[in-house]
Amino acid sequence: MEKINVSKSILIDPITRLEGHGKIDILLDDKGNVEKAFLQIPELRGFEQFAVGRPAEDMPQITSRICGVCPTAHHMAATKALDDLYHVKPPSSAEKIRELLYSIFFVEDHALHFFFLGGPDFVVGPSAPKAERNILGVIGKVGMEVGLEVIAVRKQLRDLIALAGGKAIHPVFGLPGGVSKALTKEDQRKFIEAADHAVEFGRFSLKVFNDIVLKNKQYVDWITSDAYTHRTYYMGQVDSKNKVNFYDGEIRVVDPSGKEFLKFPPKDYLKHVSEHVEPWSYIKFCFLKDIGWKGFEEGPESGVYCVAPLARLNASDGMATPLAQEAYEQYFATLGAKPVHFTLANHWARLVELLYAAERMKELASDPEITDPNPRTIPTATPDEGIGIVEAPRGTLIHHYKSDARGVVTMANLIVATQNNAARIAMSVDKSARSLIKEGKVDDGILNMVEMAFRAYDPCHGCATHTLPGQMPLVVRVYDADRNIIQEIRRD
Amino acid sequence: MSKPKVGFYWCASCGGCEEAIVDLNEAVLKVVELVDIVFWPCAMDFKRSDVEAMEDSEMAVCFVNGAIRSSEQEEMAELMRRKSQLLVAFGSCSHLGGIPGLANLFDLETILAQSYKNAPSVDNPEGTYPQRETEYKGHTLTLPTLSNTVRTLDQTVEVDYYLPGCPPPSNLIVAAVMAIVEGNLPPKGTVLAPDVALCDECERKATKPEKIMVKEWKRPHLTKVDPELCLLAQGLLCMGPVSRSGCGAPCVKANMPCTGCMGPTSGVRDYGAKALSAVASLIDSDDEAEIERALDNIVDPVGTFYRYSLPASLLHRRVMPGTIREPVGAGLDGKD
Repeated sequence: MEKINVSKSILIDPITRLEGHGKIDILLDDKGNVEKAFLQIPELRGFEQFAVGRPAEDMPQITSRICGVCPTAHHMAATKALDDLYHVKPPSSAEKIRELLYSIFFVEDHALHFFFLGGPDFVVGPSAPKAERNILGVIGKVGMEVGLEVIAVRKQLRDLIALAGGKAIHPVFGLPGGVSKALTKEDQRKFIEAADHAVEFGRFSLKVFNDIVLKNKQYVDWITSDAYTHRTYYMGQVDSKNKVNFYDGEIRVVDPSGKEFLKFPPKDYLKHVSEHVEPWSYIKFCFLKDIGWKGFEEGPESGVYCVAPLARLNASDGMATPLAQEAYEQYFATLGAKPVHFTLANHWARLVELLYAAERMKELASDPEITDPNPRTIPTATPDEGIGIVEAPRGTLIHHYKSDARGVVTMANLIVATQNNAARIAMSVDKSARSLIKEGKVDDGILNMVEMAFRAYDPCHGCATHTLPGQMPLVVRVYDADRNIIQEIRRD
Repeated sequence: MSKPKVGFYWCASCGGCEEAIVDLNEAVLKVVELVDIVFWPCAMDFKRSDVEAMEDSEMAVCFVNGAIRSSEQEEMAELMRRKSQLLVAFGSCSHLGGIPGLANLFDLETILAQSYKNAPSVDNPEGTYPQRETEYKGHTLTLPTLSNTVRTLDQTVEVDYYLPGCPPPSNLIVAAVMAIVEGNLPPKGTVLAPDVALCDECERKATKPEKIMVKEWKRPHLTKVDPELCLLAQGLLCMGPVSRSGCGAPCVKANMPCTGCMGPTSGVRDYGAKALSAVASLIDSDDEAEIERALDNIVDPVGTFYRYSLPASLLHRRVMPGTIREPVGAGLDGKD
């Protein structure tokens, strides 16, 4: 082992403008250069265990509480897993209503990230005073009119999720075999109107990115710099033509050179995805089982892979709608090669996806089937086991349940978007810290640029810590001569 | 005069409470005209050290969402309490324990075993667990410790007011902020929402029979549900009669029963016990076997009646086998 000792450390606590908790511990050697930077996740909850004993039909509502930012993703993955668990096929009207709501959710969630969470770093600037690096700073920079437009479009979309789904935060409409509520013609009119607005908004957002980021040479240099680059595998869900699909399809993985490495249906996920444990974080790190865990390493020999917008675009052959396809082509043409390995390109890829979601919303909103008065098939088979996969905004999301014959959950396994990205995010934070902090020179702007390395992924540590890993509690039990416990001392 | 300072913080929660603030939409701009937000990790870059540097009681109010499970959450709750004149428990988890409070049906060891050993996707041959301290070249990386039991905010620090709901409805959030800014506050300890049952504001109220008689409780996924009629009258377990109003009954509007996230009206100590007795009283039979059959479809009474309130309830948590504390009565436990 090397003899370098850490002489100083810098703590960023908490990391900010993301969903959930985290801190970054940056360790410096005696020259003030970075020895290692750790992104640690200090949180926990325990959904997989306390799902056991609950009615399966409550999973879409219980698991949505894993994340209030992407509740619709958990709600939908759980609902699809219930279709499988109950062996019931929803009518196509129900599938369309679900995908319609899911597309709306993608538009507003991606917009939230660009304008509220990740975007301020570019729009206001990474080294702007910290009191300005937020949505209020964005409004200050681009004008109140644009700010109000962002707020208005989000409101319109979230109101529609509530209209069909009950609530935008923690919807309730998903049932095995369909959805709880039919849509009226009047509802449909609102969806169509909002869809036009959403497509315009998608184009506008790409234009903002083009004007503010791509026309700024400094920003483009950062995006393409080595500090924010990793060559890993990429995973995403695709349709039968290998186009990006958020709601349904097969899981495709490409290797660091862009070649298809795997393509598998949801039921095979355990053959390909595993989780690794480290002692210094509560998060579990996913890797490709086909390759194995080789540490926090990039390249084809390492099982580390990446999900979410950057990965989805890399793992697909295109977008299924025309304007998004155009944006997809421009994205790869500008960045020079496929796959794109630049972490910060996630911001751009996210906006390409936003436009796709808006166009898909428009297609589905106009579909005459969505006003079917009975968008449900009531299950009749005995429930046993089900797996549901969707692409959450932050990456591939897997829900897997087993139940008894009454539909009471006996096992739940959840692999959540940000967990898939956890290893690469940890590598990104470490690499950016090494590249940006030299000879002990550090300020708030530099530390924020370290945070930009994780922020690009739009990580959700609420999601990623749905499980309850943690310190082993110490339990001392005192027994009497007959082996009865007479006292128990816990260090909780 | 400077504007009052406001903080937001999250503990064991999902981020939905933060989204609820973003969902105030243009009202959020009005709020920031009236107050200075000085801490909000989800959306702003102020750090813990910025809060630690404040004078005690420097913030006028702090809204804390999420339940309390880790040592870090406990420290942060205490820090926010000290730096703030008013502390508001924001949302179901902070108020009653919330859905993460269902973890109190298990102990930490069981949950750890599920996460690290039993989950079918885990590959952990060396049996590694996250540690409180990990040494790296002479530097100690630390993680917060976890307690065995999930607690509410007011089981951790003194709380002045409560905003109920999962998440709290926008209109109640705005009303609370305005009441604080204008100094127009009800007595300490008040839940800042209407003190009547949800049925009162439900759009299906007119179809609720004078006396509901249920032969059999039904599960929504196995039942065709009429979109206009009172859900209780259709035999669905709707928590409307025992839950606080103020949300506008959005779940019922989506043709699904209320699950009780707003908690009880004032004067009810234990939401689950109240819900259970209400449900039992609606069964249309005196015959034991018939009653049994009527209840057959309530496959998970604890998870159904205490969906959001187990930590705040008299039950608090399940007593695990191997502990010496004998349950008092029907599974009642003391503090843990």
